[in-house]
Amino acid sequence: MSSTQLKKTALNEVHRKQGGKMVDFGGWDMPVQYPAGTIAEHLAVRTAAGIFDVSHMGEIEIKGPQSLALVQHITCNDASKLSDRQAQYSGLMTPAGTFVDDILVHRFDPEHYFLCVNASNSDKDFDWIQSHAPGFDAEVTNLSADYSQLAIQGPRALEIMQPMIDADLSAIKYYWFTTGHVDGVPAIIARTGYTGEDGVEIYFDPGESERIWNKIIEAGQPLGLLPCGLAARNTLRLEAKMALYGHEIDDTTTPLEADLAWICKLGKGEFLGRDVLAAQKEQGLTRKLVGFEVLDKGIARDGYPVLIGDQQVGHVTSGSPAPFLKKNIGLAYLPMEHTAIGTKFEIDVRGRRLAAEVVPTPFYKRSK
Amino acid sequence: MAYPDDLHYTKDHEWIRVEGDTGTVGISDFAQEQLGDVVHVQLPRIGETFDAHAHFGEIESVKTFSELFTPVSGEVVAINEALADAPELVNSEPYGGGWMIKLKLANSSETDKLLSSSEYEDYVESQKED
Repeated sequence: MSSTQLKKTALNEVHRKQGGKMVDFGGWDMPVQYPAGTIAEHLAVRTAAGIFDVSHMGEIEIKGPQSLALVQHITCNDASKLSDRQAQYSGLMTPAGTFVDDILVHRFDPEHYFLCVNASNSDKDFDWIQSHAPGFDAEVTNLSADYSQLAIQGPRALEIMQPMIDADLSAIKYYWFTTGHVDGVPAIIARTGYTGEDGVEIYFDPGESERIWNKIIEAGQPLGLLPCGLAARNTLRLEAKMALYGHEIDDTTTPLEADLAWICKLGKGEFLGRDVLAAQKEQGLTRKLVGFEVLDKGIARDGYPVLIGDQQVGHVTSGSPAPFLKKNIGLAYLPMEHTAIGTKFEIDVRGRRLAAEVVPTPFYKRSK
Repeated sequence: MAYPDDLHYTKDHEWIRVEGDTGTVGISDFAQEQLGDVVHVQLPRIGETFDAHAHFGEIESVKTFSELFTPVSGEVVAINEALADAPELVNSEPYGGGWMIKLKLANSSETDKLLSSSEYEDYVESQKED
């Protein structure tokens, strides 16, 4: 696909001007890193702050009297537990109990939900939700083109953002949100993120993107904020063991296998795939996602074969150097009997068999 | 500065600086930029001999890895030990502290087949347009 056919966020020219190295990310022309480099960007988010353009993410709105019933039908977490202005991580399910996508469900009120979905899945998700909407008194709208989304993450993120926001950020709890203004621009302001750090994600009119982006960089740079690319976003989420669609989860994996039982609320009533998931829980899993550390010198990368004895039992779903932990880590599905912490196995790294060990996750957990 | 003109280059993005019968080998500024932050460089042992265009090591960055190829044939007479603790030198000083191996040249005329600075620059530009 040539660069002229790639989709662009409103900040595309800004990324280029500021030295972002652009790559094709699922059909989007996005910065993989800035001049500081992935390690510096990663460390900035762990120790100060970073800003990410995540405007490629999709936004889908569900409105109407039976919005909750529709959300409950298509997702595995229990959206009835949400209060107004609260958000929840969830799975958009197939009838097989596998993932169409992983999403964030935000409740404005019981008749208005706002879903944040993966960029490359947004059209698929919208079509999927629409196809299940008949029978529910609810209207589904794809708002992906209407919002820019920026993630400001790190221990100093709130301090950087507060002076330009007319809502009290300290009053928004983790995974809650509010509406307000960012430098005068109406915005949804959520205390969410995909890095394992505190921070906010803001959604607003794409026409204001460049001004808001530059304003945040100007305010944040003296405090150590760096613009960050997708490579740092990936290493940050991996250290925090957050799943990535197309890697840990897809339409062949269930939330139970992905070690996401906490978003799989079988007791909430009927939903797509519930029966399959209930049976899987009843019969027990045959495999589960684990975190591992590479013990030998070497890096296990995405797709590398995982071996027990001479048998390949799976592959690395995500593997990378962990810049903050300074270890080589990864995630992989292993047969249940090999998932206990401390279990040793091997990874085929381009013909070399390297020792790895199942370790507790998340690999990194911020101190509160 | 991106491609110093006292070096010879390959289409695999290595460079070689010839001094007497010895050549110092590293990767180009373009190559280090493509790789991103380098975290590990796997180098051969002193005394190993290689043909030209032979696989002599590997370089790993956060995001990816790349194989290293000899620009010319020869025997490894030195390796850059500093890269074990400071692989980021490949990024910060690709033509200086980020060098990888020194080869005792088997045949000094082999460098005639390599790219000059301007030829390499043209090659890099043609790659960028793809």
